[in-house]
Amino acid sequence: MAGAGGGGCPAGGNDLQWCFSQVKGAIDEDVAEADIISTVEFNYSGDLLATGDKGGRVVIFQREQENKSRPHSRGEYNVYSTFQSHEPEFDYLKSLEIEEKINKIRWLPQQNAAHFLLSTNDKTIKLWKISERDKRAEGYNLKDEDGRLRDPFRITALRVPVLKPMDLMVEASPRRVFANAHTYHVNSISVNSDHETYLSADDLRINLWHLEITDRSFNIVDIKPANMEELTEVITAAEFHPHQCNVFVYSSSKGTIRLCDMRSSALCDRHSKFFEEPEDPSSRSFFSEIISSISDVKFSHSGRYMMTRDYLSVKVWDLNMESRPVETHQVHEYLRSKLCSLYENDCIFDKFECCWNGSDRVAHVHTAASLPFRHSRLGHLPTAVHGELPLLLGGSIQHQEVGSRAGQADADAASPGTALGAKSTVWAQQVQLLSPPNGISWAASSEARGSVSSMDHPHGWCLPQVGCLPHSMVDGF
Amino acid sequence: MMLSKGLKRKREEEEEEKESLAVDAWWLDPGHPAVAQAPPAAASSSLFDLSVLKLHHSLRQSEPDLRHLVLVVNTLRRIQASMAPAAALPPVPSPPAASGVADNLLASSDAALSASMASLLEDLSHIEGLSQAPQPLADEGPPGRPTGGASPGLGALDLLGPATGCLLDDGFEGLFEDIDTSMYDSELWAPASEGLKPGPEDGPGKEEAPELDEAELDYLMDVLVGTQALERPPGPGR
Repeated sequence: MAGAGGGGCPAGGNDLQWCFSQVKGAIDEDVAEADIISTVEFNYSGDLLATGDKGGRVVIFQREQENKSRPHSRGEYNVYSTFQSHEPEFDYLKSLEIEEKINKIRWLPQQNAAHFLLSTNDKTIKLWKISERDKRAEGYNLKDEDGRLRDPFRITALRVPVLKPMDLMVEASPRRVFANAHTYHVNSISVNSDHETYLSADDLRINLWHLEITDRSFNIVDIKPANMEELTEVITAAEFHPHQCNVFVYSSSKGTIRLCDMRSSALCDRHSKFFEEPEDPSSRSFFSEIISSISDVKFSHSGRYMMTRDYLSVKVWDLNMESRPVETHQVHEYLRSKLCSLYENDCIFDKFECCWNGSDRVAHVHTAASLPFRHSRLGHLPTAVHGELPLLLGGSIQHQEVGSRAGQADADAASPGTALGAKSTVWAQQVQLLSPPNGISWAASSEARGSVSSMDHPHGWCLPQVGCLPHSMVDGF
Repeated sequence: MMLSKGLKRKREEEEEEKESLAVDAWWLDPGHPAVAQAPPAAASSSLFDLSVLKLHHSLRQSEPDLRHLVLVVNTLRRIQASMAPAAALPPVPSPPAASGVADNLLASSDAALSASMASLLEDLSHIEGLSQAPQPLADEGPPGRPTGGASPGLGALDLLGPATGCLLDDGFEGLFEDIDTSMYDSELWAPASEGLKPGPEDGPGKEEAPELDEAELDYLMDVLVGTQALERPPGPGR
C-alpha cells in the first residue's frame, strides 16, 4: 500500500507511541567536532549500544538489568566501555589525511562471554573484543604481589593461585585490523550469517573478508569503469542476507538495488536480481536522480523483504519481485516542492538510514524536522512544520502526527497534558540548517525497547519506547 | 524552556552569499514554489550555473566525494540537455587539449576523471547561449580558453559592467569571465611591452594581450590578487 500524507487512523490495538527515554550527552551549544556521533548500533539482544564519533572513539552503553521490584521501569543505558578505535592517518602517497571518523559499527553474534564488533572509518576496518574481568588471580609462585619476580631457588613451597573478585573492568582490545583494501571511502560493513566472513563496501568496490585473515580480501564487486570518464554510478550501501550466506545486495546512487549470489561467479559483477522502480514521468525533474539515490538498504529479519531509503521515501521490496516495491511511504513529501533550494544548500545530498524492528512490522526512519526526538531536526524546514512518521504495521500505514514549534509562536501547539492517544506532540526547536541525524538502530530481538537515533550532539541520542510522552520531556531540558 | 541550538552547517558562509538568489523567502510560505515560478529558461540557466559551481567545488576537494560528484555531473547533464536539446553534444572525448587544463585545476584528484570533467565543461562552454554562464575555471585559467563572445578590449570599464545582471550575485567570478588570465597564470609573466610568455595553449591569449597597456595590466593584477584573497570556494559542499 502506498503511503500518503495526512493523519491516518491507527491500526487498532497496536498503537505505537514514541516517547523519550534518555538523552545522553551534553545539551550544549558548543560541541566539539570530534564528539559528534557518526553512527549507532545495537547488538542483537539490545543490551548493548555502540556509538562511534567523528573523533574515532567508540562508546558502548549497557542496559541495566531490569529490577524485579519495578517491573515497569525502563532499563537505563549507562556507559559500559569507551575506547579509541581509529586514529587519524596520513596517506603519504596521495598526500591526504584519512579521517578517523567512524562510519559504521556492526556487532558480531555473541558466541561466548566476550562481545565483538567491527568498526570502520573510510579505509580501515577493525575487529574489537570487549570483555569483562571481575576476578583476578592471587598467590602466584614465581612472582609476588607487587609483580616482582621471585628467585626460584628461594621457593620452598608451592601454592595454587586463588581467584579473588575485583571491581568490574571492561576491556576493549583490537583483535584484527583489516587495512589497505579500499581505494575509496568505506560506506558499509555487513557480517555474514556464517559468522566467519563479512563484506565491506566503498563507492566502487565490495570486498569479502574472513574474520581470521587480515592480509587479504576477495573483491566480489567492482563497478569502477575502465575509463573514469564513464563513471555515472556509485555504490551507496551493501548488506548480506540474514540467512543465505551466499546472497548480498548493494544499492546505488541511481536508485537501483542489485542482489548477487556468490555461488554464480567469483566476481559478482553480474547481478542475480535487479530492483528498480520505473520513474514516474509526472514527477520527473532535474533532481529525480539525486532523490532516487538510495542511502540505506536493510533486509528484514525474515529475509523475505528489504527496505530502502532514498531522499523522500522508504520502500519495502519483496525479494521475489524486481519490478517495483510492495510498499512505498513518503517520509517528508512536503520537501518535494523545495528540491531546488535543497539542492542549492546541499541538503539534498544528505543520507538517511532506516531499520526494521525485531518483528519486521515497524520501520524507523528520520523525517525532516525529524521526530519524535527532542533534538532531531533535519533543518530542511524551519519552524511550525508538521511532520509525520509513517510506520508499517502489518501492511497498513499508521501515521503519527507530530508537530513542531519554536518558542511560543505556534497557535496550534498542544499543551503538554494532551500527549496521550494517537497524537504525540513533540517540541522541536527553531530549525536551522543542520546536519542530518547520523544513525539509526533497532535491536533485533527486543521489540519493546524501541530504537535509537543519534543527532548532531555529542552522544545526543535518545531511546524512545512504547509509551506516551511524559510531561517532563516536554518541559524539561 | 531551554532550547539549544544545534550545529550549523559549515557551509553557512556560502548560504549567505546565495541569499540574493531570491529563494530565501520560501520558508515563510511553505507552498511558495520560489524558483519554480521563475521562467523555466532562467531557472534552468541558474541551475546550470549552480551545478557548474558545485562541480567545480567538488573537484577541487583533495579527495572528492564520488557520490556527490557523479550526482552533480548527472544532474548537470540533464540540465544541459534540456537547455540545448538541439545542440550536438559531443561524447565526452579523451581530452588531449584539456589535459593541461586538468593538471592546473585538479592536481590531486583522479586525473582521468578530472580531465574528463574539465573537458566536458569546456565542450559545454562552446554551446550557444551559454556565454552568460559564469565560468569559474576562467579564474584559474584554462589558459587561452576561448571565451566566445568576449569583448576584445579589457579596459577597466568592461570590468565594472557585467555582461549579465545575475553574475554579480554569484560573487566575483562572473566579472572576470571575459578575461583571459593565461598570462597571469604563467610564472614568467612579463608586462605586455616586454613580450609575452605564452601559456600551454596559445590562441586568444596572445592576441589580446598586446592591446593592454601597462597601467591596465597592473590594475587587473591588483584586482585579481585581491579577488583571490577573498575568494571562497564557489559552491557549497563538505
